[in-house]
Amino acid sequence: MRVERKIVHKERPVLSEEAKVEIQKVIQNYPEGKKKSAILRTLFIVQREAGGWLSPDTMDMVAEILEIEPIEVYEVATFYTMFNLDPVGQYVLEFCHTGPCMLVGSDQIIKYTEEKLGIKMGETTPDGMFTLKEAECLGACGYGPMLQCGKYYHEHLTPEKVDELIEACRRGEVKTN
Amino acid sequence: MVKVTIDGVEIEVEEGTTILNAARQAGGDIVPPAMCYYTGLEGSGGKCRSCLVEVAAGSERDPRPMPKLMASCRTEVQHGMVVKNKTSERVIDAREGVTEFLLINHPLDCPICDQAGECDLQDLSFKHGVEWSRFEEEKRTFAPRDIGDKIKLHMNRCIMCYRCVFVAQQLTNKRVHGVLNRGDRSEISTYIEQALDSDFIGNVIDVCPVGALTDKTFRFKSRVWFLKPMNAHRDCPTCQGIATVWMFGNEIYRVTGRKDKYSEIERHNGKTAWICDTCRFETKDVAKWVIEGPRIINRYSVISTNHYTNENPLDAKKDPKKLQ
Amino acid sequence: MGRKLLLEHINVPGIETFDVYRKHGGYSAVEKALKTMSPEDVVEEVKKSGLRGRGGAGFPTGLKWSFIAKPEGVERHLLCNADESEPGTFKDRYLMQYIPHLLIEGMIVSSYALGANLSYIYIRGEYMFVLDILEKAIAEAYEKGFLGKNILGSGYDLDLRVTPGAGAYICGEETALIESLEGKRGNPRIKPPFPAVKGLWGRPTVVNNVESIATVVPIINMGADEYGKIGTEQSHGTKLISACGNLERPGVYEIELGMTVEEFIYGDDWCRGIKNGKKLKALIPGGSSVPILPHYLITKTAKGEVRNMSYESLSDGGFATGSMLGSGGFIAFDEDQCIVRNTWNFARFYAHESCGQCSPCREGTGWMDKVLHRLEHGKGTLRDIDMLEKVNKRIEGNTICPLGDAAAWPVAAAIRHFREEFEWHVSNPEEAQKHNFGLSREVTFS
Ligand SMILES: Cc1cc2nc3c(=O)[nH]c(=O)nc-3n(C[C@H](O)[C@H](O)[C@H](O)COP(=O)(O)O)c2cc1C
Ligand code: SF4
Ligand code: FES
Ligand code: FES
Repeated sequence: MRVERKIVHKERPVLSEEAKVEIQKVIQNYPEGKKKSAILRTLFIVQREAGGWLSPDTMDMVAEILEIEPIEVYEVATFYTMFNLDPVGQYVLEFCHTGPCMLVGSDQIIKYTEEKLGIKMGETTPDGMFTLKEAECLGACGYGPMLQCGKYYHEHLTPEKVDELIEACRRGEVKTN
Repeated sequence: MVKVTIDGVEIEVEEGTTILNAARQAGGDIVPPAMCYYTGLEGSGGKCRSCLVEVAAGSERDPRPMPKLMASCRTEVQHGMVVKNKTSERVIDAREGVTEFLLINHPLDCPICDQAGECDLQDLSFKHGVEWSRFEEEKRTFAPRDIGDKIKLHMNRCIMCYRCVFVAQQLTNKRVHGVLNRGDRSEISTYIEQALDSDFIGNVIDVCPVGALTDKTFRFKSRVWFLKPMNAHRDCPTCQGIATVWMFGNEIYRVTGRKDKYSEIERHNGKTAWICDTCRFETKDVAKWVIEGPRIINRYSVISTNHYTNENPLDAKKDPKKLQ
Repeated sequence: MGRKLLLEHINVPGIETFDVYRKHGGYSAVEKALKTMSPEDVVEEVKKSGLRGRGGAGFPTGLKWSFIAKPEGVERHLLCNADESEPGTFKDRYLMQYIPHLLIEGMIVSSYALGANLSYIYIRGEYMFVLDILEKAIAEAYEKGFLGKNILGSGYDLDLRVTPGAGAYICGEETALIESLEGKRGNPRIKPPFPAVKGLWGRPTVVNNVESIATVVPIINMGADEYGKIGTEQSHGTKLISACGNLERPGVYEIELGMTVEEFIYGDDWCRGIKNGKKLKALIPGGSSVPILPHYLITKTAKGEVRNMSYESLSDGGFATGSMLGSGGFIAFDEDQCIVRNTWNFARFYAHESCGQCSPCREGTGWMDKVLHRLEHGKGTLRDIDMLEKVNKRIEGNTICPLGDAAAWPVAAAIRHFREEFEWHVSNPEEAQKHNFGLSREVTFS
């Protein structure tokens, strides 16, 4: 097993005014001098602004905002699975593949979706529309198989429901935020 | 002062002393091996689990045994505590387990490793390992990396002791490397290509228990036992200038801190005598040092016991073809 | 159906809003506690109720609260553990999503009891949509004077914030949660010191599960004595069970502790049996970390007694023939499920979630994952099965945090009860790829 990460570079995004306000509000959630505590939520906001993933430059920006060393941001961003360190598609479909979901057919749904989109887990469609990811138990075990797209859950999946969701994404009708 | 018994040896130590340090004060073979703890680095220890001991009685006041094996490097002694180290079968089994865990993904490249001969993992596996490995899976590998022009990182060999991270945090003013990813994919890295560069960063080499961080300025690809270690000192504006210089003939091939028998940098003048990068990397001219005399390496090691056979103790012994 | 203390009003339309919640008796526990009780009274009441932590370990909540250090001039914190990532567990989300004010009310009363003026709800990052719901509810509570300065004129101040994780099961471990809340990697701390002495930012801290904190509300409302009458001698009150797997009607249920396992699985008010009329093959009663039980040890214990849903009955027989109530993640397997595949799936989960700090867990979980992967894919040997048992004994108990145990137990239990199925995978590798072993043969206990 070779552990490797190719680092993809991209310039930091220009934050919207809204995002800047949001970050300042998040920092207020913690006492004076505890800015570092805001890191996870700040990374979420910045990731959203940066097209769904974090480049080293983008993380350096977070380090500046929170007045910490860049390595502290890299350490955190690589620990938590919800941060993407490589470019992703417009819609990231994260399929739960843990035990309880597997018992009710997540393997089959994953295979179906892979075949339908012609890509494997971890890959992005050539049109940049979809990225498929595997996730560990998302706390919806009684309603599986399920996936998360952006902020929201899609439960009791069947091939038909996957078809519908993919079509709705293509039409731009799926809420992710 | 509190009284504690370790493997039947009774000693008195200051309150707040850890079991490991109490054992070290007593000395001898009741001392548990420590792969991640490092006295001079605050917050270190607790991670490798090689120093686990059995606490057969918690204290005089509460003599109940502790149900789990405890990390001796992070557990403070209590008055009347009774500890079993080498006399506990549970400890011996757990330690054999830890040794095996540390080795399953460790490469079998001792013959080409700079650390061979002064590697704590090599010592651990001689003392506590078994002669064969049950691990039949593909090993985890990483590409070797230069982190700066003076230090080389062989992540394959790393045992995740976190000591080098503490060095960067506690001895330098800017930390650029750390632990990335998690689980068995964890690695020590700078993430983006970056040089470790700071007055004292070279100490990551001295604290590394294995050959993961090595000195690139070590000019001669020699085995350490061909070199003569000499105590030396110099007037240095940055550090105490108290070092060991490793010589071949009249030439200095490498400079390190002075390590005691537990592979820790000695304390001088009340402080850990870390050496600075100028002393380590840039002062290889004999004329710049006052040579005090030969250094006796008295830690238990394959250098001092002449055990080294150019083979990994595990698979290699069984099947020399496995040497990669 | 039994009594409902937490979910009584869950189906009332608009219960997620302050006004509707208040109309149904909401926030009366805050009024009662802040106006008529001292913080010590609240701690006493919770102690007396016999409430045991609902996060998995089952440690008595009142006792935990009484351990908190109170050095002069140092702030204290209450952290609600809403990380909920144990496979099979989804009860906390249900509670927070549909009746958020219950948790907020519990947080106010509990923070008051501990003398905390700044408390956090640490919620797993994947529940971002629930975080929005909680923040909306918290804003309402501020507006109505139940949070902020001088709550209800009592002189007690409390700020409550929600803070997200970002995808790491280990952050459910309380010291990893604290590290994560400090903005670091979720590496569990080496204990001692315990959080009650040195927790968040070095201050005395208590971490409690969502359900534990919510349960404080009915305890204060009805009194510990009344509450203690519900349940069994050793398991008081009600418990949320998240039922999943091959059940006819999976979902979150509030049960009175002590109801029979049989009733819960087959009863009309509950899970209504196994889906498609199949047979029950195995059960994990308390989340993926607890031992799996074969079909003949589910409704009855090894002694032949009726097994019920309580801490003591589910663990009857120890690990040899029992399991644990754990987090209440109730996972049922029908006769078509493969135990080897499921064991590998969980092993992979733990290997993926190990923080990687300590060597037995980092290396051991990865090793078990690889060996089980081989076994499941028809490339295992009989020696592998024995080796798995040995490897997992050397992880168990030797790690920094209980994730090591959590990874070891399911493998140990699966081999203990389903050894024949593992061996069948070795001896019939091709068949094992195509169909399932079926039910395990019953073992009789004398
Ligand atoms: C690996 C690991 C994961 C855990 N995950 C959770 C969790 O998701 N939610 C939770 O409430 N407790 C979890 N716990 C238990 C907590 O450490 C802690 O015991 C609990 O939050 C205490 O709350 P309680 O006493 O109210 O149950 C976990 C423990 C471990 C070791
Ligand atoms: S047991 Fe696993 S998760 Fe817990 S500290 Fe050790 S490596 Fe991390
Ligand atoms: S197992 Fe899929 S949500 Fe829990
Ligand atoms: S030396 Fe004690 S755990 Fe590593």
